[in-house]
Amino acid sequence: MFRTNQTALFVFIAIIAVLLTPAADVYASDLVVEKPWARASIGVSRPTAVYLTIRNGGAVTDVLTMVTTPAAGMAEVHKSEVKDGLARMSPAGNVEVSAGTTAILEPGGLHIMLMELKNPLKKGETISMTLHFENAGPVDVAVPVYGIAASGPKFSD
Amino acid sequence: MNGAVRQLIVYIAGGLGLVAITLFIGWWQVDGPGRAIDPYSVASQSLPLPFYEMNFQLTDHSGRTHPKDWIGRPTLVFFGFTYCPDVCPTTLSNISGWLEELGDKTSPIQAVFITVDPERDTVQVMADYVSNFHTAITGYSGSAGQTLKAAESFRVTYKRVTVDESYTMNHSASVFVYNANGEFVTTIDQHEPPGVAVQKIRRVL
Repeated sequence: MFRTNQTALFVFIAIIAVLLTPAADVYASDLVVEKPWARASIGVSRPTAVYLTIRNGGAVTDVLTMVTTPAAGMAEVHKSEVKDGLARMSPAGNVEVSAGTTAILEPGGLHIMLMELKNPLKKGETISMTLHFENAGPVDVAVPVYGIAASGPKFSD
Repeated sequence: MNGAVRQLIVYIAGGLGLVAITLFIGWWQVDGPGRAIDPYSVASQSLPLPFYEMNFQLTDHSGRTHPKDWIGRPTLVFFGFTYCPDVCPTTLSNISGWLEELGDKTSPIQAVFITVDPERDTVQVMADYVSNFHTAITGYSGSAGQTLKAAESFRVTYKRVTVDESYTMNHSASVFVYNANGEFVTTIDQHEPPGVAVQKIRRVL
């Protein structure tokens, strides 16, 4: 009897675990990272930028808290903005993506700034990058490198 | 009765006096000798100078240049720096796109890219950098003093901002459009659609 009870408990725990795990997985797949690209760099001392969009098809807000990449010693979301005619750039902190919305990282706005590059980013290469989300966890993205004069996936040189 | 009228007159005179003093203080602080000296806000109210009234020298890959050398061709001018990962390549990319869209008509147009970070952006660095963009774009560098003079002539500012052990630059975001006579015509701002930008450039062709 005791044994049966224990088995029942295990089954119960297993069912709960199974119920919980797919929930997290489904949630992760609700986030879609699209149109990633990096701007080719000039050498390694000058920073460069990565652009992409994050679509949240889920029901809960998620937050991009950190970006890591083997290509750079430091990757941080920055924001360019024009204030009183002056273009300025500053760390943007966490990027919130509310349910049903898309965060757009594009030239002249939000971008992931890559600093302390390990190697120059050359046009035609692909770098790997991991976006760390509060709920969805780490999401790996392959980022193609376009030319310095590129303005997006449509005009890739 | 007489006393009351006199008192009323005193009140009115006092009130008018207060108004006058307030107006005077306002004038003193805003337009008069007491105004705050803020060269940037004063400068931003006036227009960029024509090339023939400018007086500074910058250097491109082919040598020293005086703004008077730019007269004779429609000219686009932009300030930036090569350590700028987002706004500067984007703007130069936009300029390249406008020039391409204008097609054959672009042959007389020249685009001038002036660094606000001459410490890191040497003449050679600038030349290499602009080679990634439209061939009509030329990069210019100058001494700290000449760079400041150049910015003042265009009524723009820039500011060095320390970030960790390095620094970045805040700089004007506009592209200045000059006609072939070297006179300022208009600016193109960063988020204007390409069609609008191209139309503005057509005005100086």
